[in-house]
Formats: sequence, structure tokens, C-alpha cells
Amino acid sequence: MKYIDEYRDGSLAKDVARQITALADPARSYHFMEFCGGHTHAISRYGLEDLLPANVRMIHGPGCPVCVLPIGRIDAAIALAMRPEITLCTYGDLMRVPGSNGSSLLKAKAAGADIRMVYSTLDALQIGEAEPDREVVFFAIGFETTTPTTALALKAAIARGLGNFSIFCNHVLTPAAIQNILESPDVRKLGTIKIDGFIGPAHVSTVIGTEPYEFFAEEFRKPVVVAGFEPLDVIQAILMLVRQVSDGRHEVENQYIRAVTALGNEKAQAEVANFFELRESFEWRGLGEVPYGALRLRPQYAAYDAEKRFSMVTPAAKDNPACECGAILRGVKKPADCKLFGTVCTPDTPMGSCMVSSEGACAAHWAYGRFREKVRQVDARRAVA
Amino acid sequence: MNMMIKAYKRKFDVANGRIDLSHGAGGRAMGQLIEGIFHKAFDNDWLRAGNDQSAFSVPGGRMVMTTDGYVVSPPFFPGGNIGTLAVHGTINDIAMAGAVPLYLSASFIIEEGFPLVDLERIADSMGSASREAGVPIITGDTKVVERGKADGVFISTAGIGMVPDGLDLRSDAARPGDAVIISGSIGDHGVAVMSKRENLEFDTDIVSDSAALHGLVADMVAAGGAHIRLMRDPTRGGIAATLNEIASQSRVGFRIDEEAIPMKPEVAAACEFLGLDPLNVANEGKLVAVVAPEGADAVLAAIHTHPLGAEAALIGHVVADDNYFVQMLTSFGGGRIVDWLSGEQLPRIC
Repeated sequence: MKYIDEYRDGSLAKDVARQITALADPARSYHFMEFCGGHTHAISRYGLEDLLPANVRMIHGPGCPVCVLPIGRIDAAIALAMRPEITLCTYGDLMRVPGSNGSSLLKAKAAGADIRMVYSTLDALQIGEAEPDREVVFFAIGFETTTPTTALALKAAIARGLGNFSIFCNHVLTPAAIQNILESPDVRKLGTIKIDGFIGPAHVSTVIGTEPYEFFAEEFRKPVVVAGFEPLDVIQAILMLVRQVSDGRHEVENQYIRAVTALGNEKAQAEVANFFELRESFEWRGLGEVPYGALRLRPQYAAYDAEKRFSMVTPAAKDNPACECGAILRGVKKPADCKLFGTVCTPDTPMGSCMVSSEGACAAHWAYGRFREKVRQVDARRAVA
Repeated sequence: MNMMIKAYKRKFDVANGRIDLSHGAGGRAMGQLIEGIFHKAFDNDWLRAGNDQSAFSVPGGRMVMTTDGYVVSPPFFPGGNIGTLAVHGTINDIAMAGAVPLYLSASFIIEEGFPLVDLERIADSMGSASREAGVPIITGDTKVVERGKADGVFISTAGIGMVPDGLDLRSDAARPGDAVIISGSIGDHGVAVMSKRENLEFDTDIVSDSAALHGLVADMVAAGGAHIRLMRDPTRGGIAATLNEIASQSRVGFRIDEEAIPMKPEVAAACEFLGLDPLNVANEGKLVAVVAPEGADAVLAAIHTHPLGAEAALIGHVVADDNYFVQMLTSFGGGRIVDWLSGEQLPRIC
């Protein structure tokens, strides 16, 4: 595949891995957090950690919009969908996300709610046009990458005078979450977090650019490398981070120069700014309240804001107290450290945010990583025998 | 009087007609439907006898029986339709026992409003598929449900076949050291269907690999029957589900090599674009065979000489593993587990 295979060249990856080994100081350890689930997926899918020296470890961050959606928002969506006049349009991977008491959109659908799986905001818009007697609500979710498409759907709905279309806005923001990982009150409770640098999500930066991370790199003195999602992108970003740490630098660097610029897509940013404003605070599943970590519709678009139009209430709902997602998302603990992992909490029965989407840290570890330890044990036993 | 008879005998208009509830009510309309579409399409002596069942002869020995339901959406896709799938899928389930398929049944649940012309197209292609395979559809059933209670048409097929003497393929028979062979490129069917799915349509040249595999199986059995431990067609859940199933049933593990798994570039590209793992994507004309090491070359050579096995490859081996893991050496040189799919495989958000 043109422009894909070039970034999956195993021999080139081994060269980069050798450079990382040569550059990494054997007397210290390096902990880098990849913020985005797309990176977590690439690392697990290609077995990248097998190529890294033992003292360079990856920490899987909270960067999956499905994972970080709190239970209360799912409960609110289910309650809305159960209303007879409502058609709730949602992305497929939200269907299985657990709400309170084992509920989910999938179960609500089976119970009679009109919930339709869509692949884009425009699909929801078309349903609104085709069925003028229904109140069509689009369950909007995602980071900066998907927010512009929601803005465009809203723009189109207004232009077409679509009175039966509204948005349940759950768009969240990347830089605020990274900041929260390093400085929220929870962090002080959890103790020292070993993070020496971040891999920033390229898709987000195609929209917002690399500039929003400048303050953050400077303030927390942590290097950030914005990187693509192909395995060679990721391993090159790790090399760039190791080099920054060795040089004592903490800068924002751009590995994904094929699509990301410092200022990003200003047209998309303008569309988002037209329709959305910051929420002072928004709960992230596993991280708690994140100040300025999400967006809502501006007041002048209240008619298109499902929360206002239908007086939606987000009930307070708590995760399982034994769930360690908060610590895992901050890199303090590993998935296997959680006593729920692999017992009551599996991808088929997710309890915490990290297990919910296939790109969550625990789900990725379950799907790709959990065998590593066991295989090592088996190989060791065989070697002894 | 003549006027009344004319009105009573409703014309069976396939070109413009639609299924209505009378087509399932057991009366004249249902008779017209069965005669006009199914008997015409499946035509054979058993159906012409007009019974609610068919008596048939079988040779002595071990028999296999299978049944399967088909609810694919959309019902028409590049390379086939729900009807051809129903014929091929059931033949393949029989063939995976190493058996020779003999007879099929077909049961239709049709939604009120379904166009007769589409039903005829489905039935005609089923008839062709069963004739090409030499496996007649000898009995069937038709039900019509109200609009909204089905998705166009559902088909349920059953089949029976006979196992050659001396052959006994069992799902728990895989042993460490055995070779794992796939008969061709993976993911073609799933990608072809997805490319036509509402709201997800995309242009691709990929057509479904839907095919009856009993001829290929017969060649494999002739070349190395005693060495074949088991066979499985990796349909829903793809080869990931199939290998995990075998691993847990045989209490072994697998080590497979990603680079050895045949895959069309268009399938790889579509999976990349949709965020899907091709190992989880469905196939309808492929088989996975676990073969004792001493027979692997002969079986692979036999597959290669069959038109449905030109791209066959040895993709890995069975290993001893108390955890029953399916491990894969990635194209990148790392290792990873190939797990069951959790829930339905869906395109990711971003």
C-alpha cells in the first residue's frame, strides 16, 4: 500500500531501535506516555515494546474518547433515547460502553429505544431530514479531530433549517487532559508519576497544530513529540524523546511533518470556535473533573443543544471503587496491577474506562500484551527443562 | 362467473410484485410463490414430488448433518448474495468434516413488501450454486412475516453428507508441531459486504470469496487424508476466531507469521481505512487446515493445484501452550497475541 507500507518497514524499525538502545543511558529508566489510543494500538498491534531496550517503557495514556466518557453521560443518553419521540444517533463503539447497573445503549436499543448506529455526523443529519417527525439527536464524541465535523453538521442543519436535529456534545480537549495528568489533586495522592515525555496525537495536531503544547512543555519541563500512528512513526518519536531527555531539552517536536504544522488547520479551528465554547469543568472517566477539558455549544445555538432542548440531566454515577483506571491512566500503575483486570473486568465485561474501547490501555494490554508475561514464563520453564 | 374466476386467480407478477402476507398463508398465493420461484430455481425430482419432506438414499457409513441461518445485510453484495452464501456456507460446514455433501434444505423467512424480482434473483442463484456444487436442495419451507419484523429475507439451510471411510477429523486433534495452512487470501468476503453497507459504502474491486469447498477438500483428502487433523472454515470472526476455537478445543497454542498470511492489498487498505483487523474479518470460501508435519507438503501441494487454492500458504504451527494463546510474529518483527473479537467489529471513531 502506497504511503502505508513505507511506515511499516521492520528492518528500518530495528535500526531505529538500535539507535534508541545506543542513546539511552543504561543507568536510568525512561518512561514515555503515548496520550492517544491510536498510538497504544500501534504499539500493541506491532509488538513495538519487544524492540525497545528494557529501560525504555511506554505508559498508555487516556487518549480514547470512548474510554473517558463518564458513566453519567451514558446514563443521560440512555434516558434521552428511551423517550418515545427521540432517535439517538451514535457511533458503533459507544453502543457497548457500560452505564450504571450494567446498562448500555445496546441494551437500551434491545429494550425498544430508537438508537441508530451511524458512521458520520452527516448520516445523522440525513436521518433528521428523512424523518421530520422524529427528534434526531447526534451523540457527539471525540477529541479535536472529530469536533470540526460536528461543527459542520451543525452549520448544515442551520443552513437547511432543520428544526428536529440537535447535538449531545461530549467533545473533549487533549492539552487540558495532559495537564490534568501531571497536576490534578489526585496526582498528589497517587505519588510520583514517572513520565519523562509525551507522544502527542498527530490527528489532533492536524487540527490544532503543535503550538498548544508549547506552554505545556515549558511549564512542566517535559518534551512532547507529535507523532503519527504508523509503527515507524511511533518508534521514531521514541528516539526523538530519548534524544531530548539525553540532551536535557524539553521542547515540542513534530515527527508528523507530512501533515502537521505549528498552527494546524485554522479554517477548522474557526468553525469549531463559531459553534463551541469551553466548559469550565467536565468529568473524564478515570480522571475525574478536568478543568476546561471539554466543549459545549455556544448559548446562541441552544436550540441545537440536546442538553438544553430536552433538559437533560447528567446523573452522578460512580465507577467501581476497586477500579484502578485513574492510576493506570496517569502511569502510576499498569493494567495488570488492578485486581479487577482479567477477572471481572475484560473487554466483554468492561468495568473501568481503560477496558471500554479496544484502544484503551487495559483493553490493549488484554488483547495484545497479557500473553507476554505468560510466554516469558513458559519460555523460561522450557529453558530450565 | 367467469369474472369471479379471473379475479380469484391472481397473476403471479414477478417483475412488479412484492411479497405480501398471503404468500405465507398456505393458500394459492403461497403455492404460486413456491412453484413460480423456488421449484423453478431449484428444480429436481425430489421437489417435483411435492411432499413436505423428501425420501432419499444414502450410502452406508458415518453421516454428518449441519444447519445454519443467514441474515447478511445487505442481501446482495459483490460476488454473491444471501442465497449463494446459504448454499456455500452449509456445503462448507459439511466439507470441513472431510465429508461429501449430499443434500440441502432451504427455509425462507421473508418480510412483507420484499420484491419478488429480488427473491427470484436469490433463488435462481441458489439453484445455480447447488447445481454447480452437485448438491441438490431437496426440501424447503416459506414463511412471510409482517413488514418491520425481518430485514428483507432470512434463509436457513440444513445439509447432510457422508464421511469417507477411515477419515475422522476432530476439533481437539491439533498437536504441537502440526502445520497450519490457509487455502487463500483472507478478509475478501467481509470487505466486499462492508463496501455495500448503508452509510459505509466505498469503492473497491474486492468481491466476496463465497465458494463451495467440498471439491478442494476431496483433493486434500485424496492427497493426505490420514495426515489432516482437522479443518475449519473461518467465517464470522475470521481466522482469529477460528484459531482461538481450535486452540481451546485442542488445548494447544499457535504461532503464526503475519507475513505468511495471504491478503489482497485492497483488503489490507480497506481494513486500514476502517480501523479493522483483517484477522477478524469474515471469509466464505477459505479453509484453515491443521496437518501433521509429515503430510503438510503433500496437502499444500494438493490445495495449490485446485482453482480455489492457488494462493494457499503455510502460515504457522501448533505449539504446546497451557494458555491456548494464538501468537503472531508481526511484520514488524515484534510479537503479539491474536485474540477473540469482543462484540461486533466496528469502525473506530478517530
